[in-house]
Order: sequence, then structure tokens, then C-alpha cells
Amino acid sequence: MLKFIAKRLLMMIPVMAGVIVIVFSMMYITPGDPTMIILGETSTEEEREALREDLGLNDGYFKRLGDFCYNLIFKLDLGDSYVTGQPVMDTIKARLPATATMAVVSVAFAVILGMILGIVSAVKPYTLLDNVSMTLALVGVSMPNFWQGLLLMLLFSVKLGWLPATGYGTWKHIILPAITVGTSSAGIIARMTRSSMLEVINADYINTARAKGQKEIIVVIRHGLRNALIPVITTAGLQFGAMLGGAVLTETVFAMPGLGKLMVDSVSGRDYTVVQGGVLVIAIMFSLVNLLVDILYAYADPRVRSSYS
Amino acid sequence: MDQNVILEVKNLSLNYVTDDGTVYAVNDLNFVLHKGSTLCLVGETGAGKTSTAKAIMGILPHPQSKILSGEVLLEGEDLLKASKKRMQSVRGSKISMIFQDPMTSLNPVMRVSDQVAEVLRLHKAKSRIEAAKMAKEVLLQVGIKEDRITEYPHQFSGGMRQRVGIAMALACSPEILIADEPTTALDVTIQAQVLELMKELKKQYEMAMIMITHDLGIVADVCDYVAVMYAGSIVEYGDRRHIFTNAKHPYTIGLFGCIPDLSIEQEELIPIKGMTPDPSKKPKGCAFAPRCAYATEQCFQETPGNYEIEPGHWVRCLQFRGEDTENV
Ligand SMILES: Nc1ncnc2c1ncn2[C@@H]1O[C@H](COP(=O)(O)OP(=O)(O)OP(=O)(O)O)[C@@H](O)[C@H]1O
Ligand SMILES: [Mg+2]
Repeated sequence: MLKFIAKRLLMMIPVMAGVIVIVFSMMYITPGDPTMIILGETSTEEEREALREDLGLNDGYFKRLGDFCYNLIFKLDLGDSYVTGQPVMDTIKARLPATATMAVVSVAFAVILGMILGIVSAVKPYTLLDNVSMTLALVGVSMPNFWQGLLLMLLFSVKLGWLPATGYGTWKHIILPAITVGTSSAGIIARMTRSSMLEVINADYINTARAKGQKEIIVVIRHGLRNALIPVITTAGLQFGAMLGGAVLTETVFAMPGLGKLMVDSVSGRDYTVVQGGVLVIAIMFSLVNLLVDILYAYADPRVRSSYS
Repeated sequence: MDQNVILEVKNLSLNYVTDDGTVYAVNDLNFVLHKGSTLCLVGETGAGKTSTAKAIMGILPHPQSKILSGEVLLEGEDLLKASKKRMQSVRGSKISMIFQDPMTSLNPVMRVSDQVAEVLRLHKAKSRIEAAKMAKEVLLQVGIKEDRITEYPHQFSGGMRQRVGIAMALACSPEILIADEPTTALDVTIQAQVLELMKELKKQYEMAMIMITHDLGIVADVCDYVAVMYAGSIVEYGDRRHIFTNAKHPYTIGLFGCIPDLSIEQEELIPIKGMTPDPSKKPKGCAFAPRCAYATEQCFQETPGNYEIEPGHWVRCLQFRGEDTENV
């Protein structure tokens, strides 16, 4: 298992390199003049030229890429914001916890709720219970996030006053955004769990387990769920990625100081270095989640494990 | 009741209800299994052999299948009426089953030793440690080396997996072993080994066995009694001698008559002209009539009864009506 993790970590190096090059190149070819943003419309061409020279904007593509990589890898430096002048790394560090917490909480919510609905449906297929939970799943998938967010705010903040509508700081602030982002994933995971369980429950080894005289509930959990979980892990991992993307909308609705909101603000303020840094960090998070999914996968399925050793 | 009989299946009928219609998989099936003996259940694919085995074990798929009538008597106790709890204690300890396809019948995410230990823990072992120790012993007994018992099924060949299947089935020394085509999915050379192992263990554990098979070589090799199954019913039942030297039902004759010397040839069933009937249509009259060379007008009209033409030799064919020693 350790060998597997080591191998998978090594495989991440080229992925990371690719991500850095692509993100940098995307920003490189984006039109627009950063010096105009920094110095303002009223600055003279000489002032701007001097700043360009200073920031290295006049260097060639490979020189700039080299500098970018050097600063990132050896100094953990993503440059300074064009708008605020602050180091991008500090800004991202300040914003990351909100997004990461929300992503983790909402995935946890989605996995727990989704799996419960899915298992219930699969154990009693084509019954009322199954229909009810699959309808719930469908509603969850279909509801647009921003709209659901507003509805939840109306109910829990405005009407009942139980939870704060916007902001960030306490665990109470996380609940509504996490539920908002998590419901669609819960729906997808519920449907995935159900179909995966239904397939597994008719497998021969389930009959073998029953033939041993094992209790039905243990047959379903120990023999069924463990096998059904394998595709569910993949789905949950993908959903985690989708959540990072969905953060843009949800953080705006709930006015949360996260990476998503930072990106939206930076794009509209043409703060290129911040956008670049944000995209990079999100891409890295995505790769790390993928790594985690692969490790879980190998943990759940010995066949995967042995294909690596 | 006969002291010598351990299991009796009486008038068993069951069907599967699917979106495409109802499949009458087992129709009015009867047989007895004597203590310590081997009964071979022979029949073409789709005859309902596996369904019968699952009905005895109480592991028919729900809610697709339904038992319409009948009794499964284990030493006089009707298992079809037994509680869930009672069945759980019967399965794996009194009656065990070996499944048809060893590639799919083991849990892919569990170590083989744990899979064997599971059944021991349920019925025999007092602790997990004891179960693990006993599992190791049983696995050694079926020829799995000690350094491999903690591996997963995908690391095993088909033959080794079936040995694990046998170990699981025999771990709690059941009184009855149902083996559902245990060698069909294996290579010919491995088949012989696995069969040899089963014969040896059967003798050692002194259990009764229902051997489900297509392979007449296996029948000749292991059977004490034979039940020939066609379209969900047993068309002929008798001991070894009855079936091999005095087969009466046209279907049995078709199956066995074509093999010149059973002791030498190991042949698969020889196909009889025609198709097995569509199990979704409950046939009127004898199910075999459309393929039968001796069929008369009446065979298409009247369902044959079960006629005992000599003691212990039953035939389900209208030709023998009136010849039976006592009508049932
Ligand atoms: N789960 C199920 N749902 C619907 N029909 C089924 C199901 N299982 C079996 N059947 C049908 O019941 C009939 C008997 O099947 P069964 O598996 O008992 O046959 P078999 O004699 O064991 O055949 P084989 O030699 O191929 O294993 C077949 O027509 C089959 O299609
Ligand atoms: Mg079968």
C-alpha cells in the first residue's frame, strides 16, 4: 500500500508541471495591460514602460515562465496583486480556509445523505421508499444552487433566525452554504449508490454470504456495500471538484470570503496575478483530491492495489 | 417417515415474475435424499436445477421469485415455513452450497481466509481467533497453501477459488452439501482434481450430497441416485442401476442411451432434437411431448403423474400409467 502511495505521488509531479505551464500560458496570452491597472488611466507611457521593465513584462515567454516557476517552487511566491500590491500567496492563504472547509463539509454531507438514500432505495427497490428517496435525489440534482441558497436563507435566517445568512467565521456560517453546494452531489451520489448496490446485491458472492447463514443486514453491509462503494468513491471525488467550481456561485450568494469570491472579484478587477494564483491553487487541490480518491480506491479494492505492486 | 431420509422435497413449484412475464422454473418437483448418499440432479440448462437448490437453501431472489407450493423437509421440518432466524442457523451449518461459478462466487474485496472464517464464526467458532485458526485448517485440507490463505480471490486460479468454495461449504461439517455444477467452469484437468477432492471429503465428513451437473461422466462417477430434470420437473428418479441399465423415460433414454460406455467416455449431454420448452408458457400436457418420439395425442392433453414402476424407480410419463406398483 505504501509503495502504491509513493508511486502515485511521483506520478503527480508531471501533472503539477503541466498545470503550472498551462495556467501560466493562459495568463500570458490574455490580452490587457497590467501596468494600466496598477498605475491608472492617467499615467504616462514612460511611467508604464518603466514599470513593465521592472516587473519583467517585457521579457520573453520562456524567461517569464522560468521566473514564475523559480519563484513558485523555491520561494512559494506567486507575485503581488496588481490591485492591492499584497503578495498573492498571502491573499490566497487568507481565503483558502473558507473554501476548503465548505468543500469538505459539503462533500461529507453529500456522501452521508447520498449513501443513506441510495442504500435505502437499493435494499427495497421499486417500493414507495425507493420512489421517495429517488425523487428526493432528483430534486436535489435539479435545484439550481443560487436559488436553493436563497430559499434556505429565507427559511433558516429570515423566517426562523436559526442561522446567519451571510458571512464567515463560526461553524454556523458553514451550514447553509455546505447544504446548498452538497444537495446536488448528494442526489448524484444517491443515484450512483443505488445502481451500484442493485448490481452488487444480485452478485453471486452475495448468495454465497447468505448461504453461510449470515444475517441479511450484515450481508448487505459487509459484502454488498464494500463492493458497491468502489464506483461511489469515484463519483464523490468528482463531486469534490465540482464543488470547488460551484464555490464561485455559492460564495457570492452567501458573501463568503473564499477562493471562489476572490476569483470573481479578481477577474472583474483584472487582477491577473491573483487569478493566476487562484486557478493554480484550485488545480492543485483538485489533483490532491484525485490522489486521495485513488488511495481510497486502492484501499477499497485489492484488485487495484495489486495492479500497482 | 423413513429414518434413512434426510431431505425430502415434495410438490415444489416456484416461478419468477419479471417484466417480460412469468417463468415457471420449477413445477411439482419431488425427490428424496438419503443419509450419506449422493443424488445427481441432471438436466439441460434452464431446467431449474439452480432454482431448486436455492429454494432448498432459502436464498431465492426476492421479490422476483415466489414459491407457489410444496415442502422442503429437513428431517421432517419444513424449511419453507421456518423462520428467518431458523434458516440462518440451518444455512452453512446443516445445509451448505457450492456455487456454479467460482470466479464470481467469492467476495472480491475480502481475504479468502476471512471468507472461510465468516461461516465458522457464525456456527462453530467461539471467537474470531478460533475461527481464523479453524479456517486455516479447512483451507489446508482443501489444498490451499498456508502462505496464500490471506490473499484475495483475484490472486487465485479458478480451481483454487473453487477449493475455497468447498472449504467454505464444508467448514461447519454440514449434513447436506448441495454442489451446483462445481466443476463446469473449470479446465478439464482441474475438474478431475476438484471432483476427487469432493468425493474424498464427502466420505470423510459422511454427508449427503446433491450434485447438480450436466456431465454424465460425473454422474457415473459419483451418484448413488439420479434425478433427471426436464422443464422444472423430475421426469425420472431412481438409483444408479435403475437409471443406467433400465431407464424408462424417453428423455432419459435420449440422454443416456447415446453413450456406449459410461465408464470410459466422459461426454457432455447429447443434445436431443428440438428445444427446451419456453418456461414462460405453462405447457398443457407433458412438457417433453413436442420433442418425444413416442408422444401420442394424449400426451399433449394430459399431464402425466409420477409412476413408480419398480420400488424406488419413478417415471413421469403416460406410457407407464397403470404399470406402477401403487398409484400416487
Ligand atoms: N432471477 C431470475 N429472474 C428470472 N428468471 C430466472 C431467474 N433465475 C432463473 N430464472 C429462470 O428460471 C429458469 C430456471 O433457471 P435455473 O437457473 O434454475 O436453471 P439451471 O437448470 O440451473 O440452468 P443451468 O444449467 O444453466 O445453470 C430459467 O428459465 C431461467 O431463465
Ligand atoms: Mg444453474
